[in-house]
Amino acid sequence: MIVSVRTPPTALPPPPCRGWTGLANRGGWLPTDDGGSASLLNGDAGQRGAGDKRSGKNGFVKNHCLFQQPHKYRRPREKVRPPGPGPPHGSVFRVPGAYCCRRNMTESSSSKLLNGDAGQRGAGDKRSGKNGFVKNHCLFQQPHKYRRPREKNHNVVRNPGLYNKPFVESFEETPLLVAVLTYMGYGILTVFGYLRDFMRHWNIENCNVARERDEQKDFVPLYQDFENFYTRNLYMRIRDNWNRPVCSVPGAKMDLLEQISYDYNWTFQNTGKIVRDVINMGSYNYLGFAQNKGRCADAAIQVTEKYGVGVGSTRCEMGNLDIHEEMEQLVARFLGVESAMAFGMGFATNSMNIPALTGKGCLILSDELNHASLVLGARLSGSTIRVFKHNNMVSLEKLLRDAIVHGQPRTHRPWKKILIVVEGIYSMEGSIVRLPEVIALKKRYKAYLYLDEAHSIGALGPHGGGVVDYFGLDPKDVDIMMGTFTKSFGAAGGYIGGKKELIEYLRCHSHSALYATSMPPPVAQQIITSMTTIMGEDGTTLGADRLKQLSENTTYFRRKLREMGFIIYGNDDSPVVPMMLYMPAKIGAFGREMLKRNIGTVVVGFPATPIIESRARFCVSAAHTRETLDTALEAIGEVGDLLQLKYSRYRPALPPALGWMSEESHLQD
Amino acid sequence: MAFKTVTDYVAWLYYQYLLVTGIYVLEPWEKSIFNSILISVVAMAVYTSYVFVPTHVRLALQFFAGVFGGQNESAMTLMS
Ligand SMILES: Cc1ncc(COP(=O)(O)O)c(C=O)c1O
Repeated sequence: MIVSVRTPPTALPPPPCRGWTGLANRGGWLPTDDGGSASLLNGDAGQRGAGDKRSGKNGFVKNHCLFQQPHKYRRPREKVRPPGPGPPHGSVFRVPGAYCCRRNMTESSSSKLLNGDAGQRGAGDKRSGKNGFVKNHCLFQQPHKYRRPREKNHNVVRNPGLYNKPFVESFEETPLLVAVLTYMGYGILTVFGYLRDFMRHWNIENCNVARERDEQKDFVPLYQDFENFYTRNLYMRIRDNWNRPVCSVPGAKMDLLEQISYDYNWTFQNTGKIVRDVINMGSYNYLGFAQNKGRCADAAIQVTEKYGVGVGSTRCEMGNLDIHEEMEQLVARFLGVESAMAFGMGFATNSMNIPALTGKGCLILSDELNHASLVLGARLSGSTIRVFKHNNMVSLEKLLRDAIVHGQPRTHRPWKKILIVVEGIYSMEGSIVRLPEVIALKKRYKAYLYLDEAHSIGALGPHGGGVVDYFGLDPKDVDIMMGTFTKSFGAAGGYIGGKKELIEYLRCHSHSALYATSMPPPVAQQIITSMTTIMGEDGTTLGADRLKQLSENTTYFRRKLREMGFIIYGNDDSPVVPMMLYMPAKIGAFGREMLKRNIGTVVVGFPATPIIESRARFCVSAAHTRETLDTALEAIGEVGDLLQLKYSRYRPALPPALGWMSEESHLQD
Repeated sequence: MAFKTVTDYVAWLYYQYLLVTGIYVLEPWEKSIFNSILISVVAMAVYTSYVFVPTHVRLALQFFAGVFGGQNESAMTLMS
């Protein structure tokens, strides 16, 4: 590959910024690529054709390097093969592992190109032939690096130049025997499920769940699909592990109401006793702000005395308190964005704001493991939704490229907007989004990025600023920064941060801003106090201590579990720690055995996970002391032996730094 | 895991069996149905092998003796 000298990115005038005046307005909130090394990514895309054909209605797409020289592009249907040895168009992305160019690693940081210099070809540079774009694509440089898609080890460092630290993430493959036994277990349970359904149908046993009435007999059955079957016949049997009433602050320890069921979990009775001091390994209380005493609680009490609890109106009517304004300014400062706004509920922040941002004719590219709120929002928006593989940048790039090349189905008009929707930390997988690569892709293909930091805000990064802080990136590169106050801040609600135009637009278009009652003042105060503590603006180091404690706890807990031989998923820095259980009976047994040892855990099965990948999910908190964690770990080890959960065949000795090195040398060979 | 008595060990084995087959979550009468079906299947398998395997083994031995062994005496007399 030829590394040519790049012209400075300033030669590309920023796209006109028109503000949020309507859905059709593209480019209003597109960050202008001014300066910065990363802007070279698409900076050189505009360098081609000094004639600058960017004007026109959809400058967005035309400006793209793929479209600058339309004659060079052929649709795959037309069967034009690229000249020379390059494979045909269609197979561009059949090389999942080989995303990265060797060159990338040796280049200086100012030219971290994702896929080589696709844009440098241009004026007078004839070396690429008709389909030069494809031929030049770095994917063809190292076809031998193909990885089986089955292989679930995502611990592959692609584009390491984009990261400022090792990115170690592991998803150990399910052992074959365990997978077989798990399916067998489900098979047996399914047979018994059918037996019970049969008995219910013929009134041999009492039916405790909803069923069709006699009048509905000849209509389409309502409760026959798999999810209903599953709820009735598998979930009900181990239901005692969920929905347990907690009767104290869910901090590091909590009190549980003791319940007992005499009819195999169809109904529960309270015994009147309370199980005290259960170690809480399940709450999303990352920084330990779920407290009923201390500064946050005191401040909230004071505010309650001043404002009361309810507001009784929406933000745009009589519900806009000064405390809300103060909080929003603080949030914007915390995130490092121009402006921010808060909503009373995190779920509604996603599900009501995405429809305000995109609509018909827009494309949403969504990670397959996105939270239900994002999925709901995307569906409500009426946009076309395409799903890429979890955290898989090759899959994302393929979708982006296809979207730009083919446009909308049938009409082939360009998409009005392309919105990439990702999460910071995925709450079931414990993985961290590959944000540097997503941003590079988003810039290269001029899409927008919606980042849901529900779990990562406060919990990641040296200053608690979420994934952006963790990777040391510029918050302005993320168009829409969404997050919730429910987790790290111990409060409630969600926020959206971004450019001023975006927030102003949302204030008058988002349903959850217009129609939902605003956030209760004590909650807002809790957010303000916890956030200032994290930022250190209260003049103490309490926030920094909590951040440090959390990251130490995370590392310790993950390392210990791995050493014990459990299969745990996710990134080494993620405080969400999923531990694999696999077999359906072990879901129930694990929860019960842990509770016997006075430890409250969350166990997760289908439909929140794939059917064979049931897991227990621990959430490490800064409120946990080393002793608490040790007690928990000891119990987990004990239960792990009892239930035979130590599935891992991985040698735990390999320190992360070594893994990183070996990966790099592997790439360079 | 260390076990104090044999019963402990057997109990643990039974627990593993419950977990792996998934019948841990079933109600007692379902458990007994599953166990009885499994026991009868195994018993029948053992019984059939006890009854038929010796015969089959003898036949098989005869067959292989016929294939690999030399010709037997009756064949010799026939030829001569
Ligand atoms: C990624 C993500 N987004 C949004 C939400 C919803 O937030 P809330 O619980 O504040 O409504 C959650 C909650 O679990 C989440 O995990």
